[in-house]
Amino acid sequence: MKVHLTRRYGFAASHRLHNEAMTAEQNRDIYGKCNNPHGHGHNYFVEVTVSGQVNFQTGMVCNLADLDGFVRDHIFERYDHQDLNHLPEFAANVPTTENLCVEIYGILHRGFSKAHLEKVRIEETMMNSFEYSGEAPALR
Amino acid sequence: MSAIVYLTRKAEFSASHLYHNPQFSAEENKRVFGKCNNPNGHGHNYVLEVTVKGQIDATTGFVVDLKQLKDLMHQEVLDALDHRFLNKEIPEFFSLIPTTENLALVCWQRLAPKLAAARLHRVRIYETPDLFADFYGEV
Repeated sequence: MKVHLTRRYGFAASHRLHNEAMTAEQNRDIYGKCNNPHGHGHNYFVEVTVSGQVNFQTGMVCNLADLDGFVRDHIFERYDHQDLNHLPEFAANVPTTENLCVEIYGILHRGFSKAHLEKVRIEETMMNSFEYSGEAPALR
Repeated sequence: MSAIVYLTRKAEFSASHLYHNPQFSAEENKRVFGKCNNPNGHGHNYVLEVTVKGQIDATTGFVVDLKQLKDLMHQEVLDALDHRFLNKEIPEFFSLIPTTENLALVCWQRLAPKLAAARLHRVRIYETPDLFADFYGEV
């Protein structure tokens, strides 16, 4: 029987939405307050959903200690209390929560092998959230 | 042909459990299950979300009669599991470890055969606000 398991984690970080390729006016126009020069922060919540058969010996899809340990070492340690704009993955990529969602999905997809990754969902605030399931645009 | 709508009803129950596989050694149980293997068990406030899927009935405007769904959730799940020790009192867990994953499966098995017109789409069980399991009836 295939079951989906979701675990929720929190971290705090700052960012500024700004694209060097655009003029100051364009940045202000597109990003509004999120373009304020000194950045601002959020309490992010990340939901990681994995899926798989329930192991009959453990009753588990995946051992939460493994998932918690991976997220602590590779996601929490990387992003908690950091300025996202100073991280290499956001050197040429605006640290919107869309892009953060894709980055975190990539970290889990590449490194976590104990269960199938279904989805990463990030709440930037209580009012907005973003999801990525690894879908790529269709080839033309 | 009327639209397909998903409807979710939520309920809460409290129960205790422990994770223990009698085929494992004491050390293996401790290693795999950690604190969840503490011998006298521990408890959670579980939240059950039942999502049904169906067409909107032309005469009632309902996908499902919520009163009937609520009563069914009580009869099949809440009345049986609320304020119980899952390992010792719920027959399914005499031989099945009462993880969140297995709890989602058991709730599905208890509810699905009783839901006629509106099809069961998903059972979600929150063990804590930070952890939940979903079952969609997939083999």
